[in-house]
Amino acid sequence: MQLTLRVWRQPSPQVKGKMANYHLTDVSEDMSFLEMLDVLNEQLILDGEDPIAFDHDCREGICGSCGLMINGIAHGPEQTTTCQLHMRSFSDGDTIDIEPWRSGGFPVVKDLVVDRSAFDRIISAGGFISAPTGTAPDAHATPVPKVDADAAFDAATCIGCGACVAACPNGSAMLFTAAKVTHLGLLPQGQPERDSRVVKMVAQQDAEDFGGCTNIGECSAVCPKGISMETISRLNHDLLGALRANAVPAS
Amino acid sequence: MGLTCASSYRVLVATVTTQQAGQSAGANPGPKRDPKTGRFGSSVFKKAVMAVTGIIFVLYLIAHMVGNLKAFAGAETFNAYSEFLRDLGEPIVPRLTVLTIIRVVLLVAVAAHIWAAFSLWKQAKRARPVAYVTKKRVQQSYASRTMRWGGVILILFIIWHILDLTLGAVNPAGRDSLPYGRLVEGFQNPVVTIWYAIALIALGFHIRHGVWSATQTLGHSNKRRERALNLFATVFAVVLVGGYLLIPFSVLFGIID
Repeated sequence: MQLTLRVWRQPSPQVKGKMANYHLTDVSEDMSFLEMLDVLNEQLILDGEDPIAFDHDCREGICGSCGLMINGIAHGPEQTTTCQLHMRSFSDGDTIDIEPWRSGGFPVVKDLVVDRSAFDRIISAGGFISAPTGTAPDAHATPVPKVDADAAFDAATCIGCGACVAACPNGSAMLFTAAKVTHLGLLPQGQPERDSRVVKMVAQQDAEDFGGCTNIGECSAVCPKGISMETISRLNHDLLGALRANAVPAS
Repeated sequence: MGLTCASSYRVLVATVTTQQAGQSAGANPGPKRDPKTGRFGSSVFKKAVMAVTGIIFVLYLIAHMVGNLKAFAGAETFNAYSEFLRDLGEPIVPRLTVLTIIRVVLLVAVAAHIWAAFSLWKQAKRARPVAYVTKKRVQQSYASRTMRWGGVILILFIIWHILDLTLGAVNPAGRDSLPYGRLVEGFQNPVVTIWYAIALIALGFHIRHGVWSATQTLGHSNKRRERALNLFATVFAVVLVGGYLLIPFSVLFGIID
């Protein structure tokens, strides 16, 4: 197939970026989207140009490193990660727009690479449990109802790719934060810090220049792991409960 | 042995220091502001304010719509109902007390709703400093997309509506007219009726997304209820707006005169 690519080029965070046009021929429809970009980059290197910077790691849909806005949809036309998107989802002669995630919380590092350490800071604000060290507890010492275990696991499938932020008209990270709050809040191990966790994580997401949630649902629709809007309802429930319980952390 | 420990300790410390130095000199300087863990700072609290005040409006709107339908019972019943609203609570409390309380509650709710809306609007603008060149909608509804500007239309409409039918200041029947007279003379003008219809349809969309969003914000939605909730929100919005639209169009087409 032949493709015209319009790719966001931005040499550094301080410099204003712009879309650049590239033509690519002989693209196999069995290539993944990232392989197609690899081919383009080889061509650019041979031509003596600066290759396009983009994030990727496992290329099997589980690490959450890759993430591109493809034709205006986070991770492109299929509900999966960019690495699991194949060129068969496009047609010969297509023009494809490729942009980085655009968010106040995700500053562009270069071209299509954004800095997602804001997510790490949301996690370190409360996305953990305090477990004593020592011998491992008995496997069945703390029973977890099957329904809770399933729901917690569904939330735990979040890979932190940032598509929710990218797709949200408000640039909110609520689906990400909610997935983490739900995952830990449903399990007995997550109970001691349940109140302070939600207050701190929401405060951190607000401080990172992410927007507020208006329950539009774009996030869930593009989430490669299909995290449900239910998690956001759970986060809200937990936060309001924490406020009622006056669980406002000192710092 | 002790020496080895000490030296490896020193190496560890050195490594940590280097990492920290590297981090602070890196591309991302960290969050631009300190996280506010106070009660009122969080975006979710602001959303809860929107939800609770929204529920107050919805309850008021139901009562208001039912009251409006009394226009079909004729001038006397309609004007008497208007008087009854002013007498409400008498003789337990002086005349106009209950109505004044309702008005104050609504005013405070409107102020809080607008404060939260603009605060979240500002936050959303900050959250996307550079716009996408190409952005497609995957899931969003027209109602969810138009909440903010729809809200602006609604507040302008509410101001006009009070000047028109409550105070009579911009009504052709004038200030000293009776409620029924203002209603009939106002809506006989097609321009006024169309303006009301546009605002009421905007209200319908606002409520359609608002009902769903409030349930979600107050933490009472889940996967099982999602479909039913959205369906309820649509039906409720249609019924409410339909009930409101009946009056101006009935006047315009001469069913009420």
